[in-house]
Amino acid sequence: MTTPILSIRNLTVEIPTRHGILRPVDNVSYDIGKGEILGVVGESGAGKSMAGNAVIGLLSPPAHIAHGEIHVNGQRVDHLHGDPMRRLRGKEIGMVFQDPLTSLNPLLRIGDQLTETILAHLDVSRAQAEERAIQALDEVGIPGARERINSYPHEFSGGMRQRVVIALALCAEPSLIIADEPTTALDVSVQAQIIALLKDLCRERGTAVMLITHDMGVIAEAADRVAVMYAGKLVELGPVRDVLTTPRHPYTDGLMGSTPLASRGKDRLHQIPGAMPRLDALPTGCAFHPRCPFVQEKCRHDPAPVLTDGTGAACWYPLDKKAEVA
Amino acid sequence: MALVSIKNLTRIFDVSKPWLNRVVERREKAYLTAVSDVSFDIKEKSVYALVGESGSGKSTIGKMLVGLLRPSEGSVEIRGVDLAREQDAARVDAVRADIQMIFQDPFASLNPRWRVRDIIAEPVAARGGDTKGLSEKLLEQVGLSARDAGKFPHEFSGGQRQRICIARALASEPKLIVCDEPTSALDVSVQAQVLNLMSDLQDDLGLTYLFISHDLTVVQHISDRVGVLYLGRLVEEATPDDLFDNPKHPYTQMLLAAAPQLGSFGRDVPPPKGEIPDPINPPSGCAYHPRCPLAQDICKAERPLMRDLRGAKVACHMAE
Repeated sequence: MTTPILSIRNLTVEIPTRHGILRPVDNVSYDIGKGEILGVVGESGAGKSMAGNAVIGLLSPPAHIAHGEIHVNGQRVDHLHGDPMRRLRGKEIGMVFQDPLTSLNPLLRIGDQLTETILAHLDVSRAQAEERAIQALDEVGIPGARERINSYPHEFSGGMRQRVVIALALCAEPSLIIADEPTTALDVSVQAQIIALLKDLCRERGTAVMLITHDMGVIAEAADRVAVMYAGKLVELGPVRDVLTTPRHPYTDGLMGSTPLASRGKDRLHQIPGAMPRLDALPTGCAFHPRCPFVQEKCRHDPAPVLTDGTGAACWYPLDKKAEVA
Repeated sequence: MALVSIKNLTRIFDVSKPWLNRVVERREKAYLTAVSDVSFDIKEKSVYALVGESGSGKSTIGKMLVGLLRPSEGSVEIRGVDLAREQDAARVDAVRADIQMIFQDPFASLNPRWRVRDIIAEPVAARGGDTKGLSEKLLEQVGLSARDAGKFPHEFSGGQRQRICIARALASEPKLIVCDEPTSALDVSVQAQVLNLMSDLQDDLGLTYLFISHDLTVVQHISDRVGVLYLGRLVEEATPDDLFDNPKHPYTQMLLAAAPQLGSFGRDVPPPKGEIPDPINPPSGCAYHPRCPLAQDICKAERPLMRDLRGAKVACHMAE
């Protein structure tokens, strides 16, 4: 296997507080290869965004990387700060956030925002940068890119704004894009447009994408592999088809069961009792054990096995059954 | 008999700039038609779902139904009483007592300075009813503990807060509950808990819901009848089975095709064309015609009327 674009090994993010140390990301390892879309799913508080922010160096203190390594294109990046990190951001790693309105500067024309990014990372003239900006807007499907380059963000609709943000993330041709809930704020029809766009770009340029979302449907359609997170831990990792049709971790199984499906009609939804534990009150043993329908004595005491990269479930008693989809 | 009967409901908002700006910039007054000529009935003890994308007017209809907004034209009749026009205050009051609402954001819809006990009892207390032990009973009914009555909203998670909102909505023993995106702010496992609770309560108490959502799968799961809105207009109305198996309006077909599906691994959706048009200057004729694959000349000229088509109702010239 060739070197993956992104490689995360035993990543642990810690937040020291007065009442002890919280671990929003706890011993997580995964890789993303060239042209691959890795879906990271989990409910709120699972640590999926925190892992993405750690990669791009956007952890806000006091959160910090306590252990583990992050490699982008073979280069270790987890200890970079200041200028070296800034050069990496945008050049090697592009980021797309959930809310397109707050990730664009409302006072700058979008053309200026794009050329600024291009000039910062690539060795080109201003005219070339502008040409490139137009090309980037064109690629993400903004009609009349040459005229619209002088528009302000508020003149675009939500879907168009998200396209501008994607163009911004892409304009320096990074090898990795971290998309943190890129479609959550958008309508269904616009969401389909944005997902199709991300998939196309990924295919054409071989960009690796970390797609962070809570929507299993989006994962099924867009991702090649999926990483399921729960309470800061990676609980299941594998090819999307395997994980969604034959979930091995009871949490993944529960998530699949509670998703309303066409075929389930009006039957009662399967529900996972309880809610995700708070980070300052994690249960002993496996963090999922108080909600797990298959809990055994061992789960209450022994921390669940840790997933190293590859496939599998971080569970003492992984399931072996077919889940119902579609 | 229908519990709620909505006829030719229209709501227009004045979105003009201030007078001085209009004079200086030589602009006309601007009006936004949020809801345009919508008619439907909600049967007693059923769940009617309104689906649509943002700006389709679904929340505006919900607000007019509970009386938070007045209709510009048309009427909302609940058990034969038109809330906006009825002169007899006693009759209006009697109907009002039967309506409650659950909002989308459980973090914004509970007063952070009130104890849960007072929040839940408020609909009854406001009418001078007896609230002794009421909150405790309702808390247990929605799956929380009676001991939670003395706590404040910040001590609960999102799903638990939504349960408190449901308990508050049940306090005055309403017949009709308008649920405006009740699960959109919740995680999927919590959403399942809340949806199950809502359908159990509906069965046990014989409630009627107007369920407003943008999520088609949720709607399919809970509703008895679905209305699809586009740019303030009702474009299709059918039972969920009919709507999902055999959508008739091109917009409904597009929505269903675009919705992500669990079983379709690596599916390449042909991305839908265009976006929702500006409601201040809606397209002529059928509002969907600029994006519609079936559009003909008649669609640009004439607004289609609701017509019956094999058990469903659809507003489209071309659907067959």
